[in-house]
Amino acid sequence: MQSKLGLDFTRVEYARRISKGIADEVQQYVGHYTTIAVERTLCRLMGIDGTDTNQVPLPNVITDDLKIKGVLSHGALFYISNAMVNTSLNPQEIAERVALGTLDITRLPVANESERKRAIASVIDASMNKIKANRVRRDNYIKTLGEGPKPYLYVIVATGNIYEDVIQAEAAARQGADVIAVIRTTGQSLLDYVPYGATTEGFGGTFATQENFRIMRSALDKVGEEVGRYIRLCNYCSGLCMPEIAVMGAFEGLDVMLNDALYGILFRDINMQRTLVDQYFSRVINGYAGVIINTGEDNYLTTADAYEEAHTVLASDLINEQLALLAGLPEEQMGLGHAFEMNPELENGFLYELAQAQMTREIFPKAPLKYMPPTKFMTGNIFRGHIQDALFNMIGIWTNQGIQLLGMPTEAIHTPFMSDRYLSIENAKYIFGNLKNIGDEVEYKEGGIIRTRAKEVLEGAISLLERIEKEGLFTALEKGIFADVKRPRNGGKGLEELLKKEQIISTHLLI
Amino acid sequence: MSGGLYSMQSKDFDKTLDFSKVKPYGDTMNDGKVQLSFTLPVPTGAEAIEAAKQLLKQMGFENPQVVFYKELTPGYTFFNCYGSTMHTVDYSTIYVPKVESDVMDMHETDQYIKDNIGRPLVIIGASTGTDAHTVGIDAIMNMKGYAGHYGLERYEMIDAYNLGSQVPNEEFIAKAIELKADALLVSQTVTQKDVHIKNLVELVELLEAEGLRKKVILACGGPRISHELAQELGYDAGFGMNTYADDVASYIAQEFVRRNKV
Repeated sequence: MQSKLGLDFTRVEYARRISKGIADEVQQYVGHYTTIAVERTLCRLMGIDGTDTNQVPLPNVITDDLKIKGVLSHGALFYISNAMVNTSLNPQEIAERVALGTLDITRLPVANESERKRAIASVIDASMNKIKANRVRRDNYIKTLGEGPKPYLYVIVATGNIYEDVIQAEAAARQGADVIAVIRTTGQSLLDYVPYGATTEGFGGTFATQENFRIMRSALDKVGEEVGRYIRLCNYCSGLCMPEIAVMGAFEGLDVMLNDALYGILFRDINMQRTLVDQYFSRVINGYAGVIINTGEDNYLTTADAYEEAHTVLASDLINEQLALLAGLPEEQMGLGHAFEMNPELENGFLYELAQAQMTREIFPKAPLKYMPPTKFMTGNIFRGHIQDALFNMIGIWTNQGIQLLGMPTEAIHTPFMSDRYLSIENAKYIFGNLKNIGDEVEYKEGGIIRTRAKEVLEGAISLLERIEKEGLFTALEKGIFADVKRPRNGGKGLEELLKKEQIISTHLLI
Repeated sequence: MSGGLYSMQSKDFDKTLDFSKVKPYGDTMNDGKVQLSFTLPVPTGAEAIEAAKQLLKQMGFENPQVVFYKELTPGYTFFNCYGSTMHTVDYSTIYVPKVESDVMDMHETDQYIKDNIGRPLVIIGASTGTDAHTVGIDAIMNMKGYAGHYGLERYEMIDAYNLGSQVPNEEFIAKAIELKADALLVSQTVTQKDVHIKNLVELVELLEAEGLRKKVILACGGPRISHELAQELGYDAGFGMNTYADDVASYIAQEFVRRNKV
């Protein structure tokens, strides 16, 4: 590809090679471990769902039971399959009996391996087929209804009530939105379980539950048919239930998932070992389900300066890319993140931003890049905010981004009103239409501000990657080399739920 | 729609400014002009516009004008409107409690602490409860600060500890005891359904239960926090929009000196 920025692609390849080394080292570690979240995910893949009489989800009932008995590291697959052979019950019936205390799956005789495998294969196959059917459903819709042009218009709904969210989402789809993200209630990332059923109360967002996924999915399919365009559904595959949310989304036909390898570590203080194991399995599932993952690099810039720390974003994109490839997730599903967070007071800020967005585009040509709007410098002055969003939209169409996460003029005031979303979609459609081919028309001056900036950011990312490679990702995170946030290897939330795999049936069922 | 545009109607109202009867200002004193936008859950059409106008009248607007409307989705119509309010406020008698301290820059505050306290102040801060946003506490505490105002971590005479986000109130207090904190800063960004109020009140109650409330300077901050609200909730000070580390640091230093004089 001809670089408009005069990027030296041998340097890009070098950056990729280092990133691959960093990711490979992580993967070597990840392969030896499981987590309680991975085990719960496997329970769900075996068809276990619902709750006990205390509202505890049955996958938690099983994994907690195995944990208390000190045998979780043998894997839920082993115990459930063994119980299936011994009792002729299905996994759901087994889980219900464990919840009632009438069955102890750790005290059954060990059945032979081929019988266990046969038992488990039937239930896992059923789940896999369900996920496959959702891919077919999506592909069919895209073939018959079509989809919006890129950049996709991505808006959020966040009322706390899934039924109200549906009204907001339908309105957004009719106005032109291509992706609807249902923001999660604040704090859900730190719950070590996924709530059950339809929910109507949340703070700053709506609980991610499988039933809520189903309700929104069916509403979007209906409105998609009405407007003649497939409408994608996005949720958040992050926090302590990363792989579990992935499988629930896969069951319900979600299309996009926030799914960053490092975000939980840096910004939610979740233990790094736990997160890296969880992210792997969640990406295996997202890859299989055809889900586009969105990475969270924009978050670096909400605390650090967008000019000074731009190279951190690129370095993280490169690491996220390599980790995703190791999980079997194709480039076409990598919504690698970056953000428009330049200080509006910065002279030529727009040019720097343009350089960075174009650079990201050229370095990841196949990825549906996720471009985040200004948030840090949104002040409550909704009138200026609308203009900031307009500049952001200009760069989005100019540099051919994949997913444009529309900014709202009322950012920093409230979660979007129906009318805020309308104004933002109108803004984006106006600019995307008027500037449609500007990227094909305009070239950048040799030695000018834009080319120089792109080169600078790439070199900055390379030297950061070199430092991370030297230390290894775990140590680099401990030393705060990334985003200036220091996280101890054995600190943070969720470490006690990390287990060295013992006699476990492979978790690599999907590959 | 824009009947008021280039209106030749004479302006038959008193055009002198009177602080006891203040009205919004558009382009003429006391014209009372207000712009507003809202959505009504009704289908678009003449009835919708009439409904918007009637609502404006009930809100106290004369000459209500709907200048733009659009059905956002069937059954929901969005309006941009103007009107002249008939209400006034008495500005001359308003009293708003404010943080009473002189704002000093970083060097002045450091010097002030050296001169008057003689040891570094220990300040811990966090975004507490379920709030996952660090943007507020980072703006005040991070070395780099925000908008050119250095954060507390850069102060020579302040030992600043930023505990980050989603810190439970109990953990926050435990850390305060461990570090012998002089001042506690709580940031609250998420305010949906008043979740911040509940969380802020809980912290005060826990501090009181521990017998610590009077021993520390307790301040909160966030885009929807005012000093008045903070005091109502039992805090010593509240820092809202457009306040920076300078404001927080100089307040804490001066308040510490004031308390320890007696």
